[in-house]
Amino acid sequence: MSEEIVTTNKEPAAEVKPKRASWKQRFPWLYIILRHPQARIGVAILAALILMSIFAPLIAPGDPAAFTGGINGKPSKENPLGTDPLGRDELHLVVWGGRITLVVGLGTAALAMVIATAVGMIGGYFRGTLDDILVLITNLFLVIPGLPLLIILAAYLHPNTGTVILTLAFTGWAWNARIIRAMTLSLREKDYVAASIVAGEGNFTIIFRQILPNLINLIVGGFIGTTIYGISASTALAFLGLTDMEQISWGTNLFYAQNGNALLIGAWWVFVPSGLCVALAALGLAWINFGMDEITNPRLRAERELRNVLKGTKFQRVRATPVLRREH
Amino acid sequence: MKYILRRLGFYLIALFAAVTLDFFLPRLLPGDPATAILAPMGSRMTDVQIQALRQVLGLGNEPLFQQYLTFLKHLFQGDLGVSYAQFPAPVTSVIATGFRWTLLLGLTSLTISAIIGHLIGILGAWRRGSSFDIVMPPLFNFIGAFPAFFLALGALFIFGLKLHWFPIAHAYDVGTTPGFNQEYILSILKHMVLPLTVSVLVTLQIWIMQMRNTMVSVLAEDYITMAEAKGLTQNRIMFGFAARNAILPSVTGFGIFLGSILSGQMLIEQVFSYPGLGFLMIRAVGARDYPLMGGLFLGITVGVLLANFLVDILYTRIDPRVRSG
Repeated sequence: MSEEIVTTNKEPAAEVKPKRASWKQRFPWLYIILRHPQARIGVAILAALILMSIFAPLIAPGDPAAFTGGINGKPSKENPLGTDPLGRDELHLVVWGGRITLVVGLGTAALAMVIATAVGMIGGYFRGTLDDILVLITNLFLVIPGLPLLIILAAYLHPNTGTVILTLAFTGWAWNARIIRAMTLSLREKDYVAASIVAGEGNFTIIFRQILPNLINLIVGGFIGTTIYGISASTALAFLGLTDMEQISWGTNLFYAQNGNALLIGAWWVFVPSGLCVALAALGLAWINFGMDEITNPRLRAERELRNVLKGTKFQRVRATPVLRREH
Repeated sequence: MKYILRRLGFYLIALFAAVTLDFFLPRLLPGDPATAILAPMGSRMTDVQIQALRQVLGLGNEPLFQQYLTFLKHLFQGDLGVSYAQFPAPVTSVIATGFRWTLLLGLTSLTISAIIGHLIGILGAWRRGSSFDIVMPPLFNFIGAFPAFFLALGALFIFGLKLHWFPIAHAYDVGTTPGFNQEYILSILKHMVLPLTVSVLVTLQIWIMQMRNTMVSVLAEDYITMAEAKGLTQNRIMFGFAARNAILPSVTGFGIFLGSILSGQMLIEQVFSYPGLGFLMIRAVGARDYPLMGGLFLGITVGVLLANFLVDILYTRIDPRVRSG
């Protein structure tokens, strides 16, 4: 309500030249994320990890796989984080390891979301027999346990970055397809879609111009969630020795640490850096998704804004959350 | 009843899909088992020997469809082949031993985690913005962000290797005699503490987030306001009205959560060498024991489908809308 009042109080729209939409209006999800304190920290963590990976050659120059000295060596001046069971410098391994891990995570998310969006939108929009079949396939992928299937796939396929991304996307798209289908089902009943049909627009235009833009929040949220899945699952696969072991990733670092019996001799420094990086990446992304949750569930956002409004007043909130919107 | 039958039909289709995957993956993907086993032996094998091995693995020259029928026939007879890393144990008996341990660890962990997680979620949503709500859910989110096997390694290092509080491998002491005696049971409990704690810590956030977010929505319903207006006690409103309705999505979501819970547990079993299905499967992959690997995949899938079916039956009991619809 408040929003409408504010807009009518402004000058009549006809007299002003149509301004280009500000970035806040064009990317509302970005704006909300950056306003959410936890999500802001998440963005910072993720940015730091990505920058570290991009500038790996500057931060830790030289060949990361080179033998540098002691085996399972303690942190020292030459090797600030110590060395691993293969005598490689741990600092190099962590800095360079992010490259593969993050690429696999983001690549998995991109591919899985393309599948999820296609399956969800086609099923939700066209309905009928096609939808029934797609829903059945989606549910099958949801109920068949993911890690055992992943392990079987990885055991038979020749493992490299491409096949890892393919298998992870293959096992990880279903949940988002279900969510996108549900949203598409409700969107296609909206008046503006009915208006488009009356105006004679084709299915193609309606799907891409009317429905897809309204799914962006869900797709971005799903992308972030699937990136977490891609990072943790690829790390787990590498930890089990099921990816390309020549590569340097956070997962393979942990594999060599485990297989070199680093823990048994007390060399905790071989495990902690790579494991911590995986956890930080997952945490950063999860916190960004908390920000996203406030977009898809306005009640959560109203919750926080109400708390800010009531702060310092003698008013007490009731149990129920009124849904309110702050003007942007 | 109609609902139950529909679900049963779906699980049968899922089972069929899993069996089909299990059959076609080794045959259609590039690295077939026979070649993989033979690779280290190089050229020392004659063509006849290679052919014989392919025959043993069910990869003979018959048409694919013929092989598929044979595969299904053997499956119906409960014959999943012979594990050759643990020769001559049949795959089914290996699965049976692993199943006990996975079920023990999994059920205990699930029960503890679901109870604590839901309580934290309920209290968090009930006192939104309180210090409890600000500290607890984010804390377990933070813990849940760590890879399960990494936490397991940490626990193993600190409580197993450094402090020597708990054993670091296996499900019971070799010295004890399996059976219903105090020594054996104590040994099992002691070996379970670390894997169980890690498993609970990793899965808590699933239930907390699920419950808290649903509670927030449910608390806005009119019947909660009505209950307050009637002057019911806070506890009665919280558990009898709000939590009771908010728990439904946890039950429907169980099937999906089960997948990720199981993945975490497989890795935890691997770290603690806990002889469950996950540990066996990962070891089978390492040993290139293809019959066992495929059998375990089927075994785990059947277990997951059964669990889902049981939850569906439970669901009809707690949500009357499903029964009538």
